[in-house]
Amino acid sequence: MSTNLLTVAYIAASALFILSLGGLSNQESARKGNIFGIAGMTIAFVATALSPLVTGYTTLAATIIPGAIIGAILASRVAMTSMPELVAILHSFVGLAAVLVGIGNYLQPESGLVGAEATIHEIEIFIGVFIGAVTFTGSIIAFGKLRAILSSKPLMLPARHFLNIAMLVATVWLGVQFMGTENGLQPLLIMTGIACVLGVHLVMAIGGADMPVVISMLNSYSGWAAAAAGFMLSNDLLIITGALVGSSGAILSYIMCKAMNRSFISVILGGFGEGAGAPSGGGVQIEGEAKPTTVEGTVELLLNAKSVIITPGYGMAVAQAQHGVSEITKILRDRGVNVRFGIHPVAGRLPGHMNVLLAEANVPYDIVLEMDEINEDFPETDVVLVIGANDTVNPSAMEDPSSPIAGMPVLEVWKAKDVVVMKRSMASGYAGVENPLFYKENTQMLFGDARKNIDAILGQLLTQDEAGEKVLVGAK
Amino acid sequence: MTIAVSKEADTQELSGVEPKTCLKVGIPKEIYPGECRVAATPETAKVLQKYGFEVLIESGAGANATFPDAAYESVGCQILPDAASLWEAADIVLKVRPPQYHPQLGKPETELLKEGGTLISFLWPAQNPELIDRLAARKATALAMDAIPRISRAQKMDALSSMANIAGYRAVIEAANNFGRFFTGQITAAGKVPPAKILVIGAGVAGLAAIGTARGLGAIVRAFDTRPVVKEQVESLGAEFLELHFKEDGTGEGGYAKVMSKEFIEAEMALFAAQAKEVDIIITTALIPGKPAPKLITEEMVASMKDGSVIIDMAAEQGGNCEVTKPNEVYKYKGVTIVGLTDFPSRMAAQSSQLYGTNLCHLLKDMGGSEDYKIDYDDEVVRGALILHEGKVTWPPPKPATPPPAPAPAPKPAPGAATPAAEKSSSGLGGWIWMVLAASALIGMGVAAPPSFLSHFTVFVLACFVGWQVIWNVSPALHTPLMSVTNAISGIIIVGGMLQISGSIDSPTTILGAIAILVGTINISGGFLVTQRMLKMFRK
Repeated sequence: MSTNLLTVAYIAASALFILSLGGLSNQESARKGNIFGIAGMTIAFVATALSPLVTGYTTLAATIIPGAIIGAILASRVAMTSMPELVAILHSFVGLAAVLVGIGNYLQPESGLVGAEATIHEIEIFIGVFIGAVTFTGSIIAFGKLRAILSSKPLMLPARHFLNIAMLVATVWLGVQFMGTENGLQPLLIMTGIACVLGVHLVMAIGGADMPVVISMLNSYSGWAAAAAGFMLSNDLLIITGALVGSSGAILSYIMCKAMNRSFISVILGGFGEGAGAPSGGGVQIEGEAKPTTVEGTVELLLNAKSVIITPGYGMAVAQAQHGVSEITKILRDRGVNVRFGIHPVAGRLPGHMNVLLAEANVPYDIVLEMDEINEDFPETDVVLVIGANDTVNPSAMEDPSSPIAGMPVLEVWKAKDVVVMKRSMASGYAGVENPLFYKENTQMLFGDARKNIDAILGQLLTQDEAGEKVLVGAK
Repeated sequence: MTIAVSKEADTQELSGVEPKTCLKVGIPKEIYPGECRVAATPETAKVLQKYGFEVLIESGAGANATFPDAAYESVGCQILPDAASLWEAADIVLKVRPPQYHPQLGKPETELLKEGGTLISFLWPAQNPELIDRLAARKATALAMDAIPRISRAQKMDALSSMANIAGYRAVIEAANNFGRFFTGQITAAGKVPPAKILVIGAGVAGLAAIGTARGLGAIVRAFDTRPVVKEQVESLGAEFLELHFKEDGTGEGGYAKVMSKEFIEAEMALFAAQAKEVDIIITTALIPGKPAPKLITEEMVASMKDGSVIIDMAAEQGGNCEVTKPNEVYKYKGVTIVGLTDFPSRMAAQSSQLYGTNLCHLLKDMGGSEDYKIDYDDEVVRGALILHEGKVTWPPPKPATPPPAPAPAPKPAPGAATPAAEKSSSGLGGWIWMVLAASALIGMGVAAPPSFLSHFTVFVLACFVGWQVIWNVSPALHTPLMSVTNAISGIIIVGGMLQISGSIDSPTTILGAIAILVGTINISGGFLVTQRMLKMFRK
């Protein structure tokens, strides 16, 4: 295959990738979008494999086939609740690949590069490897935190900002060394080590609630790493793809940060939620007491309601309660109750995580609404079920300017007639902020494991239904 | 605890021993003309006994509220034949109206009160200074039910609210009584009936009760209040909240209204004048604490109303919101019935006695019941209501430490408005700095970088912009699939690996490239397949 044909194939692949991301703008076109992505990847792969630059087919086959199989197994086995982990570990692979490609590229000196071109090439390698290494270890730590192998509490080393800066300075200094010498492998490898430590340290300092931001951020990094690899290989396809992925991750991070009313910098610097346990963070003390309720009480509320909004949080994912929730939704909808879901942008540990879980449980996506779409409907809602969410429904974000989460947009569930909060205990959420919602007059607490409670509610609804049918039969 | 006390009280009753701690609560008959309420019903008397009090009732005290003496006797109250003996025997006297001149006995009720006795009733200390002096002369302890502070904990003792609630309900009933048409709209065989239009001015407890009652009868209700915070409550009852296009918050101390500016009042009057021509019934409840009621409905407005319309002036006792109101009178003025009744709660004596009595029970329980009865200066509620303590004037109470809620909302919007502006200006400045930096970086690059790099850089920048545009269109529900698909396509980095594996099989470049391909491929196949799996789940 000639170089021109290769270029054309790359253009086609780039266009397909863009179409693929564009397809995700709504659910109908999303599947087509994914197909576009696969097509683009196939074209790029085949074209590269057929180009005169690639001859090591044995090696290629020996790596591609196991890789594809491992990926397929991972994809088919993963539970939807562990999507965040899968995404995190896949990010680390991109990071690792970027590091390997960068170092490999340095070891395979291209001829004909002199002066400024050579310098730029070396800078590209250096930056590519740096971003790749940070992504690699950062993603592994994120994976560990999501898997609960590592504590999700932020690790606060003393002088951690100083440590980060020192590592950055060392990196720059090594970069100068790397450029200055003929044999720059040593500084390159040392820098890789430092970048790995930096990645670990950066993500260790970030609390569990900020995971959506971290994952989006790592997603972005993996894109930039690919783009950097594209620069060093003078490969436009890699540059385009990397830039697409990089900006996608950046936008997601931005959306997540806005949803938590926090600046990107403060998330990166980490340490949110360190004051967990200190009540209300100097905010207004909450008066009143939480009213516990029972499964029976909740069922009665649901049966008498005309409109219900369910606001799930990470707790629903942890308890694996989404299937029960879906069944309840179906029964209530059959009874003519208007059931909808309100999803906060940072609910869960991954952007859009709740939507995927609910989709998995067969909840129709047109009743799953975003925070902005549903917030104004709360005053007309009879019952709100809060399942395993806390900070995303905390009224102090709006009412208490001294609260650490003040200004964060939240689901205004307390405006509904009745609110039932399903929670394991009265503990505060990831942000470590007391939730005055629990003490509101129209709030009732349903304590216990979300799944057990959901199943109990479902059971009662089913028996109610049967009883209703019997009455109907009797009437005939 | 209460059970224990009641048991004790029972045993004491059985053994017939008069215990020292058993305080006697006396309920005299109200002597204000036309006052039908009584400070305890048989039901609340039972509760008082449960708290350890002995309850004395003046004969005939509850007769006007449909509670005969026999009903009190049957729950164990002691009936005393006349007012003099009751006031003499009682340690604590519970009343509705403030004490006044007793026509039968020929002396004021304050004279009847035991030296050093306790009186709990409506007192209006600001309006009745000489009454307080007279009580002080008797070394009395006095608690005013109208001075109970309006805090959440004291709601169950808030007699003003419970009475206002009844008054609001009754006001609508009186309006219906004086109004010659249906409230609800109907289409009947005999023709169409339009629904009545009601304007409620002042959405306090009474106003809200009136709105709810009128809505319940099917009328179209509009409401106005100077405090924008009540808008939500008004709308929750199904009424329309009339708004002035005017920025002024009338929320005063303790949730009451305050006096408004001249401009505001003019705009308000214009609104009322327009409404008066349209509505059938006006119910006014506007009161400002410690001031005569504001005049909101002028003579011209009344004249402009349709014949047969009704005005219920619930502020009649404080001078009335309507210029032509005559307190305690119902009369027609230019075809409009003006109701200036001041005794709405008394007109529902059984209900209001029950609620008022319950308020009193809660207050006495808060003060420790009979066993631990004491005047606790640290109790915010008791301290607020306490007018006299053993003859010493303790009113007005010292300001509570917590600031009134009024100033809080006012400065709130100010910083809110200021911060975005400040942020904007700084981000504007920041934006300029970034622009300048970006421009100089581009110029530097143009000077130093070789053309091959620049062409790649062009591609990179354009791709970033394309990505930016495309990603913003992605539905938030699909953010997880977006991440997995971007994950998959970032696996394109295997292309870099593929270019490196063509050397000798054991060169480090080849090995590194091969590993890169392996992990990159996991990414590609894993990412695409899991996306496919997820997207299949999304269905309508």
